Amino acid sequence: MAIEETFDAKESMTEGHSLTREPRINETAESTERFKVRIENVNGWYGSKRAIKDVNLNVREKTVTAFIGPSGCGKTTLLRCLNRMHEMTPGAHADGRVVVDGIDIYGKSIDPVVIRRRIGMVFQKPNPFPTMSIFDNVAAGLRLNGMRNKTIIREIVEESLKNAALWEEVKNELEKPGMSLSGGQQQRLCIARALAMQPEVLLMDEPTSSLDPIGSSKIEELVRTLKDSVTIIIVTHNMQQAARVSDFTAFMYLGDLIEYGSTNQIFMKPEKELTERYISGKFG
Amino acid sequence: MTSYSNSNKKYSKILHETVNKNYRKRMIINKLVTVFAIVCVIAAIIPLGSILLEVVKNGASAISLEFLTQPQGSIGSGRGGVGPAIQGTIIVVGLASLIGAPVGVLAGIYLSEFAKEGKFADSVRFFNDVLTGLPSIVIGIVGYVIIVLAIGSFSVFAGAISLSIIMIPIVVRVTEETLKIVPYSLREAGHSLGISKARITLSIVLPSAKNGILTGIVIAISRIAGETAPLIMTILGTSLFFTGITGPVDALPLRIWRLASQPYESAHAFGWGSALVLILMILALSVGLRFLAQRRSFKVAI
Ligand SMILES: Nc1ncnc2c1ncn2[C@@H]1O[C@H](COP(=O)(O)OP(=O)(O)OP(=O)(O)O)[C@@H](O)[C@H]1O
Ligand SMILES: [Mg+2]
Repeated sequence: MAIEETFDAKESMTEGHSLTREPRINETAESTERFKVRIENVNGWYGSKRAIKDVNLNVREKTVTAFIGPSGCGKTTLLRCLNRMHEMTPGAHADGRVVVDGIDIYGKSIDPVVIRRRIGMVFQKPNPFPTMSIFDNVAAGLRLNGMRNKTIIREIVEESLKNAALWEEVKNELEKPGMSLSGGQQQRLCIARALAMQPEVLLMDEPTSSLDPIGSSKIEELVRTLKDSVTIIIVTHNMQQAARVSDFTAFMYLGDLIEYGSTNQIFMKPEKELTERYISGKFG
Repeated sequence: MTSYSNSNKKYSKILHETVNKNYRKRMIINKLVTVFAIVCVIAAIIPLGSILLEVVKNGASAISLEFLTQPQGSIGSGRGGVGPAIQGTIIVVGLASLIGAPVGVLAGIYLSEFAKEGKFADSVRFFNDVLTGLPSIVIGIVGYVIIVLAIGSFSVFAGAISLSIIMIPIVVRVTEETLKIVPYSLREAGHSLGISKARITLSIVLPSAKNGILTGIVIAISRIAGETAPLIMTILGTSLFFTGITGPVDALPLRIWRLASQPYESAHAFGWGSALVLILMILALSVGLRFLAQRRSFKVAI
């Protein structure tokens, strides 16, 4: 009884301090429900080429996890396996299990379209819909999924733009085309568009790589605030960025997950030599 | 590092020499190509311009309210007008477009977004191309045999079907090609929001390709509006106004052809007038559709 109590207390204490919590990758069954996303033996294929190999990784709810690694190591491929976008590439397929909230999204009865409503994605290059206004861009996911209630749409659009830290800049020109914004604003528009679907998980593939430092830091700030409500997985080439925004870091190399741990641990005392060499900029 | 900058220096001299030596030559070639391009543009515009000029010069005087609204008076009298032909062209071409444009656009969407590769899509593309190249008189004969003989009368219906068969392959091709240019990243963004494929196609991809597809439709309509051969086989041509969808009707190209083969001055003047009216109608259609496309309220209504 006493032991259980202390265990509970420890768990609830660490709840709000994910940064300081060491991840236990091989955690026992009792706490597996705490993981928002469980990646189990996932392989990603392009034709007969295996771009990611038997990746196992558990992502905690409401944390930021960074995927890092040299170009071509499979970060994008892995990310796209998590909302079943990978299989949209002609000739590509994935196997293994990706369990989100206890449900395997690769299960037989699962419709990938429904999965993608719950798992949002932000792409490397901002891609607002060119024929739509700022407002319509954010409303697109709602409307095209059948939402008709204008009051609700209006409310969600405003809230999403606020959450994406874009509201103040665009609130007086919502009818202007989405393409009329700057690159950084367009990327935040795309984030707002994803947030409007109220995703539980947000996948971001190098969201700042086409932006200047100011645009980048806005998005980094955004990522840090968003994790209060969303589980975020972010691919980045920028080591400092990974260190700044993420709680956990996964290092990949040639399609393998080499090391996964708290960002502090990966950057301060990596266990694998390869990780250490990459972090310190000796290759990549 | 040192060897790299050394080799860089080693070649920098020869690089500069080559660039400088070729500079004058390139300037001259540049000028020649520009001049050649301008000559080609002029060569393309001259016939077009002179045709338009000739039509306006000969046709403008024939046009009057009577000409636009009345049926033709007795042969050689120079009285009346080509009202039935104008009305017939609007009805037959309009009906053909109402059939041809949606079918063509949908087939183009199917090829670009859903079928993509595969035996079936490839054979559809092949037959579509064959259809594009088919002489229009052949399509007229088919319309005659299948529809005119079946109904037992030359008819608006047979003409519209024949013209839509000419229109469809053009629209299919243009739609497919235009949709292919729409960046994949837009479709991807749609998928990432959990939007169904049909919805993405109709509400995201299609609006992005709207202008290109509309241009294709205008070109196809212009093409069928000037068709004569298939209309001889299907609507026949009369000097009376529209009587019904299963009855014969007149059309401007037919009227022009008939007027041109009459030996009277006044008939020839009417012919030129009809040609001018036809050109103006196509121009108005083209400008009108473009204007409509520019307006924000004109969205694919789905
Ligand atoms: N469409 C494709 N077809 C075939 N192979 C592909 C395709 N996309 C990626 N690959 C291959 O899969 C491997 C992983 O690519 P991926 O794009 O996931 O790498 P990445 O880590 O995201 O790289 P980068 O940092 O440059 O974006 C690479 O070796 C690449 O060549
Ligand atoms: Mg990538």
